[in-house]
Amino acid sequence: MRTQNWARQVWAIVVKDIAAELHTREILSAMFVFAVTAMLTFSFALDLRGAVGRDAAPGVVWTTIAFAGTLGLSRSLAREQQTGGIAGLLLAAGDRTVIFFGKSLGNTAMLLILEIALLPLGTVLFDANLLRPEIVLVVILGTIGYAVAGTLLAAIAVNTRAREVMLPILLLPLIVPLMIPAVQATAGLLEGLALAEVNNWMRVLVVYDLLIVAVAMLTFEYVIEA
Amino acid sequence: MAENAPPMVVIEQLSKAFGPRVALDRIDLEIATGERVMLVGPNGAGKTTLLRIVATLSRPTAGTVKVAGADVSRGGGDARGRIGFLSHESLLYEDLTARQNLRFYARMYGLGDMTARIEELLARVGLTRRGDDLVRTFSRGMVQRLAVARAILHRPGLLLLDEPYSGLDPVAAESLTALLAALVETGCTLLLTTHHPAAEGTLTERVVVLSGGRVIEDGPVGDVASFPSRYRALLTQTMSA
Repeated sequence: MRTQNWARQVWAIVVKDIAAELHTREILSAMFVFAVTAMLTFSFALDLRGAVGRDAAPGVVWTTIAFAGTLGLSRSLAREQQTGGIAGLLLAAGDRTVIFFGKSLGNTAMLLILEIALLPLGTVLFDANLLRPEIVLVVILGTIGYAVAGTLLAAIAVNTRAREVMLPILLLPLIVPLMIPAVQATAGLLEGLALAEVNNWMRVLVVYDLLIVAVAMLTFEYVIEA
Repeated sequence: MAENAPPMVVIEQLSKAFGPRVALDRIDLEIATGERVMLVGPNGAGKTTLLRIVATLSRPTAGTVKVAGADVSRGGGDARGRIGFLSHESLLYEDLTARQNLRFYARMYGLGDMTARIEELLARVGLTRRGDDLVRTFSRGMVQRLAVARAILHRPGLLLLDEPYSGLDPVAAESLTALLAALVETGCTLLLTTHHPAAEGTLTERVVVLSGGRVIEDGPVGDVASFPSRYRALLTQTMSA
């Protein structure tokens, strides 16, 4: 019963975030415009075609996701601060982990929607098959870790005066250990390796995801109540 | 006030410090179930801090707060479901409609009769026809009426009101008073902070005056008409001390 209630509250936050985004489209449109512009700029400025494009694709795609994501994460938590909404969440959620998982899932969903558009675009621009199921798996694992770390740090940054500046400063160094295996696994798979051959990088991704979820669960209550 | 019912709020030796600044200094306060208490005091007296601690939004430095017998001073847990909180901030999402806001909070509180309760409250605050409009298109008075609906959605036993009249024009303030008066009839325990004891005196029966983080007077509102001048005299006395 308690678990059911917990899951229902988490889902309520996800549904609320999606409904708000459907009304405004401000998070997705900001991330989408930034991501497409960045990919096109990289592609044309560095003349990323053929083999060069395939080599550069993993780095370009993950860098674009990382930078575009900060726009969405920052806005997602700022929306909670509007008219004291975060206090409403704190009052209504029996358990603080509800807020953490709800916001993380909502942010993961937004990023995955962005990636649904980004991967086909990268496939066309860089002549690299980014739609392989194994690459999609890498993207999902990387996105989970990124969204969780981003949600935690956005909750810290949102209480600071320069939150838009603070989030990338805090987040980007923290996701380096996530970006390296994500880029390496994607590159390996694009070179035609099987999933088993990039297993070590996949393990690093999974361990990062588990660690960041554990750290966030332990600290989120203090962060959000600060 | 309910006879022989256990107290709704018990505050013992409650202190709160923000670094070197003491906001609340060893407060003791008991509020009976169904009692309606007005908390007044000058700016910086600690009213909002006290309310936020009772609402489980802030943790005390020392002391305990019990709501309906549950200690909320180290994390509210299940007691949060018994508390309604209304402040000058609406705690509503401007990017959602009125109905979506109430639906969200209803899900969070695990209400069974969600749709019926939402429609009942929208009708009560006169927003049925605007229920599908985004909150950001509402006037300040409409937002505050919807905030009342949000605060009482889960039928809380304790309603905390932090300067609920702030920024409201006289018509909106009258409408809010009527709503709160109807709520008081249901036996809900009320604790409200205000700078305008004359206006809110009609809703309450007891007044607690805070100054410098301490309770300096606690008693019945009594002659409501004379209370504002007594309050003014107390403030002048406190500030010149």
